[in-house]
Amino acid sequence: MFKFHIGSYFEDFVLWLKDNFDFIFDFIKNILEGSIDGLEALLNFLPSIVLILLIGLLAWKVTSKGVAIFTILGLLLIDAMELWQATISTLALVLSSSLITLLIGIPLGILASKNDRFDRILRPILDFMQTMPAFVYLIPAVLFFSLGKVPGAFATIIFSMPPVVRLTNLAIRQVPTEVVEAARSFGSTSKQMLFKVQLPIALPTILAGINQTIMLALSMVVISAMIGSGGLGKVVLRGIQEYKIGLGFEGGVAVVILAMILDRITQGFGDLNKNK
Amino acid sequence: MSLIEVKDLYKVFGHKPKKVFPLLEKGMSKDEILNKTGNTIGINNASFEVEKGEFFVVMGLSGSGKSTLIRCLNRLIEPTAGQILIDGEDIVKADKDNLRDIRRKKISMVFQHFGLFPHRTVLDNVEYGLEIQGVDPEERTKKAMESIKLVGLKGYENSMPNELSGGMQQRVGLARALANDPDVLLMDEAFSALDPLIRKEMQDELLDLQSKMHKTIIFITHDLDEALKLGDRIAVMKDGKIVQIGTAEDILTNPANDYVKEFVQDVDRSRVVTAEAIMRKPEALISSKDGPRVAIRKMKENEFSSVYVTDKNKKLLGIVTIEDASKAIEKGQKSLDEILIRDVPRATPQQQIIDLLPMAKTADYPIAVTDKEDHLLGIIVRASIILGIVGEEA
Repeated sequence: MFKFHIGSYFEDFVLWLKDNFDFIFDFIKNILEGSIDGLEALLNFLPSIVLILLIGLLAWKVTSKGVAIFTILGLLLIDAMELWQATISTLALVLSSSLITLLIGIPLGILASKNDRFDRILRPILDFMQTMPAFVYLIPAVLFFSLGKVPGAFATIIFSMPPVVRLTNLAIRQVPTEVVEAARSFGSTSKQMLFKVQLPIALPTILAGINQTIMLALSMVVISAMIGSGGLGKVVLRGIQEYKIGLGFEGGVAVVILAMILDRITQGFGDLNKNK
Repeated sequence: MSLIEVKDLYKVFGHKPKKVFPLLEKGMSKDEILNKTGNTIGINNASFEVEKGEFFVVMGLSGSGKSTLIRCLNRLIEPTAGQILIDGEDIVKADKDNLRDIRRKKISMVFQHFGLFPHRTVLDNVEYGLEIQGVDPEERTKKAMESIKLVGLKGYENSMPNELSGGMQQRVGLARALANDPDVLLMDEAFSALDPLIRKEMQDELLDLQSKMHKTIIFITHDLDEALKLGDRIAVMKDGKIVQIGTAEDILTNPANDYVKEFVQDVDRSRVVTAEAIMRKPEALISSKDGPRVAIRKMKENEFSSVYVTDKNKKLLGIVTIEDASKAIEKGQKSLDEILIRDVPRATPQQQIIDLLPMAKTADYPIAVTDKEDHLLGIIVRASIILGIVGEEA
């Protein structure tokens, strides 16, 4: 039987990247590390109870009283389980990688919506990013960035980018033809078209993409703990490694609470926009 | 010189559109070309002119190329070949900045499904054209409000489009198009999405507005009745070709080919044919100085049971019936004054048959057609109304 391993070529490619572009990876590493640590320090600056109330207030503003109560109680439980530090660390990782994902993903989506050829090229790449088992990203990530939060963030960014790109693309393409024609017929520039017409109309769908991105980022937390990104993932991992059922459960519950809060709040932004 | 002049305009969809031209010259049909090359002919050699202030209607069934044609005029669709001169300037050759400027200042468009911006209020929708030109906020609000008032939407300026009915949404569309005071108004099936009652109302209001504004309007429709009602002139399209251009009467009475003939045969003539076209010369009229005997003799001569009475300037005074005239003779009356019926059914020459029908139903006498000074121009009996609807000469 004919044998052919593409893995070795990929390995050569990754090593070549590492050898020749190390300065770029260092640069990326500094940015990621700076933003994650900065955000974590900021979140840690406030006493836990103040931050809990602030997040509760935000939840109340953008969603309902029920969600706000759940948010406050959930976060209090996390604090009581002595998982506050780990949660903040996870939150900082999720938020900063999501932010970077959106900064790259939304423009990519806009570009894909404007250019069919770019869309066709991008589509299989997104499929690849989305379906490749997340663990696989960890190996080259560690090679490029060594252990810690940065390779975790890198893997998270790649894994969570597809939904926001796809939904931004879709949302802009779904703006009714006549509305786009109307904007053109009045003499809009492409910039005016994008910012005054297409993006505002597409916003609810884009917000759904942002929500999906944040959820996927959170789901990478446990996985990236395997390469030392810390946070709640590390708690769960310790539960597995040391066979501590209770600890693993507590870590898991904290992830779920965080996920639900992030989901409801980001969805709340979407609904606010729709109701306007 | 005409405001808009379209010369030899072609639009071919698909790859390598130029290779289709030799085939068109050979006289191949739209379907044959589609089968052979995969290219669709959108517009096939269209030429026409529109005068300043004219209401020009392009009519055709779906797929006839009328929507493509109107989109070529502001280049929402790029023409494949030909010229479109507006004020002598070729739109087809305009560069990007120039084209944007033309769209901003000269041509506005109203869309079938309104094309409103759902995230903007009525006022912000109407302001859009001015906003992107960089007109300062105070000025553009002022202009937008004038435009909103013009279409009868005052009080709704802060509503969102989805809070309005279809008719009102299209008023927003119209106000938005009028706000930057364009020379040319393109209306793509503007009333087709509305229900019949609202459609009629909008047509009437558009005609009303047009009589004040004198814009140059190019109006697309698939509805012949609408075309006949609105258009100063009508272009009939089929398979991307313009098959006839003419006034409503031209097209009805003198169809260019079998296609147009078939198209117009189901026309509701009662909405097109006017009183003027079916009235008879009022031979039976007598002067007010005549007495009942003269009246009866006139009636007998013309085999009518009544006769219209005018003064010496042909101004309508009323009608005298044969019964009243006979009684007057028995009583020995010499004048018509006492038996003259002054309250007679009147119509203007431009009134359509449809408006005469209720009158004809209740009136006991023929309908008098009079001009503004109440001069008697003609009379209409029931039989001529029926003949007018059927489309035969009275």
